[in-house]
Amino acid sequence: MAAPTAITVRGLRKTYGSFTAVADVDLTVDVGEIFAILGPNGAGKSTTVEILEGFRTRDTGTVEVLGTDPASADADWRARVGTVLQTSGFTDELSVREILDHFASFYAAPRDTAELLAAVGLTEKASARARTLSGGQQRRLDVAVGVVGRPELLFLDEPTTGFDPEARRQFWELIRGLRDEGTTIVLTTHYLDEAEALADRVAVLVGGRVMEVATPATLGGRSGADAAVRWVDDDGPHEVLTDRPTQTVGELAARFGGEVPELRVMRPSLEDVYLAMVAASHHAADVERASS
Amino acid sequence: MSTTVHPTAPRAGAVRLGWKRGVVELKNTWRSKQSLGFTVLFPVMMLLLFASIFKGTIDFTNVKISQVYVAGIIGSSLMSTGFVGLAIGLAAERDAGMLKRLASTPMPKASFFIGKIVMVLATEMLQIIVLVALGASLFGVKVPGPSRWLTFVWVFGLGTTAATLMGITVGSVIRDAKSAPAVVNLPFVALQFISGVWITVTQLPAWLLGVAKVFPLFWICQGMRSVFLPDSFLVVEPGHSWHHATGALVLFGWCVLGFVLCMRTFRWTRD
Repeated sequence: MAAPTAITVRGLRKTYGSFTAVADVDLTVDVGEIFAILGPNGAGKSTTVEILEGFRTRDTGTVEVLGTDPASADADWRARVGTVLQTSGFTDELSVREILDHFASFYAAPRDTAELLAAVGLTEKASARARTLSGGQQRRLDVAVGVVGRPELLFLDEPTTGFDPEARRQFWELIRGLRDEGTTIVLTTHYLDEAEALADRVAVLVGGRVMEVATPATLGGRSGADAAVRWVDDDGPHEVLTDRPTQTVGELAARFGGEVPELRVMRPSLEDVYLAMVAASHHAADVERASS
Repeated sequence: MSTTVHPTAPRAGAVRLGWKRGVVELKNTWRSKQSLGFTVLFPVMMLLLFASIFKGTIDFTNVKISQVYVAGIIGSSLMSTGFVGLAIGLAAERDAGMLKRLASTPMPKASFFIGKIVMVLATEMLQIIVLVALGASLFGVKVPGPSRWLTFVWVFGLGTTAATLMGITVGSVIRDAKSAPAVVNLPFVALQFISGVWITVTQLPAWLLGVAKVFPLFWICQGMRSVFLPDSFLVVEPGHSWHHATGALVLFGWCVLGFVLCMRTFRWTRD
């Protein structure tokens, strides 16, 4: 039996005047997975996610989020869905603890404020006024507010923009912890390493269309792609593209009689395949435009 | 520390959460030096400033100019808190995504508005207590008797409602929060000068008086003068009457208009 689904999208379309923001998108997000949506600016990520969050209407298509059409979302549905928006301020003069307690009061069975503060690393800032928080601390409070009601489904819209690398890694641990508790997570991000580190599956959206949905390891035929074997000898640097890199390395080792100088075996990174997909799609759009 | 709540326990009701929203809004206002300065210090400074510059009594009455200022500033405080403050605050909160965040929670929508009303009422009461206390102790304003408090209650109620609903409307229509202070202060300052806050209204040219009478601030201020000034002041009121019935009718009309406009324009999100 297939895994139960948290989100089902079929034939979703949204236009603004003559601009098509989302064109015929199909997506399925399983319960309990971290699903990342990647794409360049203007690809329709935000529009798609905002339709799923119930903040935007659609032109056509069917959308079901936790069994409900978000266009007719009520308070009961909102209680099951957590949302971390891209930009959202806090009431400046309230303390971190007061803000969390306040949002907790909207839910029947909220998380304990002290435990939540510890989970997002804001225990020491509990009494600090919201306006005194750094960007990274505000983002962690955003997430705390998003999960205070124990949501079954959490939307994270570019959650780590402006984080330093260490804060980003702490944040990833937090998100993995939520997934381990059974929360389904939909993540949009510009950081390919973030998608690779967190996502069970990624969807690449370009020009309002889904290019591919796959695991980060297999996206764009990545796992089966040729590897580049590079080394340096007296003639300078060399590179060989091969589908059997282990054999190539063995031959090199035999030739050099041991260590191969500056040996590197490279597979295309998620970023490589992602950029190739975006470039191919833009090229196709240019060709289409030129021929019409 | 964690308390076990049954998963099917009901969420808190709209009124209770509305009260909590009000407390949050008030904490945020009264902890901030800027907003406390705007809501309390500013009207007090204007009163002291004008009362020091313009002395004496109004011609043909035994009413001191300072007493007229007290009544006028009490009236305009309803507009500054309900209209100016709310419109600017709402536009800023929407711009910062705070409204959208609230809309993403199961908080009943009504609670948000109950919270705003609690904040506006509490702030206005604070302003009025300070202004009446100053007026009584420094300028000999008589603290009114029971029948005049009755007038105060309906002028305050209708005036606050009209100002608040229009404040929500304008705060929703404004596209850019940065332009909000200019957009709302322009009518506020202009209306103060033609509604009897700084100048007795019978000094206005007839056409300007006619313009003033279209807007709620004129009737709020006339109502407040009828509460805080002696009837001898009627000599310089248009038609030598407080025109309570007309005032109530115009204010009620603005409440209806404000309600319709606010329902049509309110938005939780920027676009």
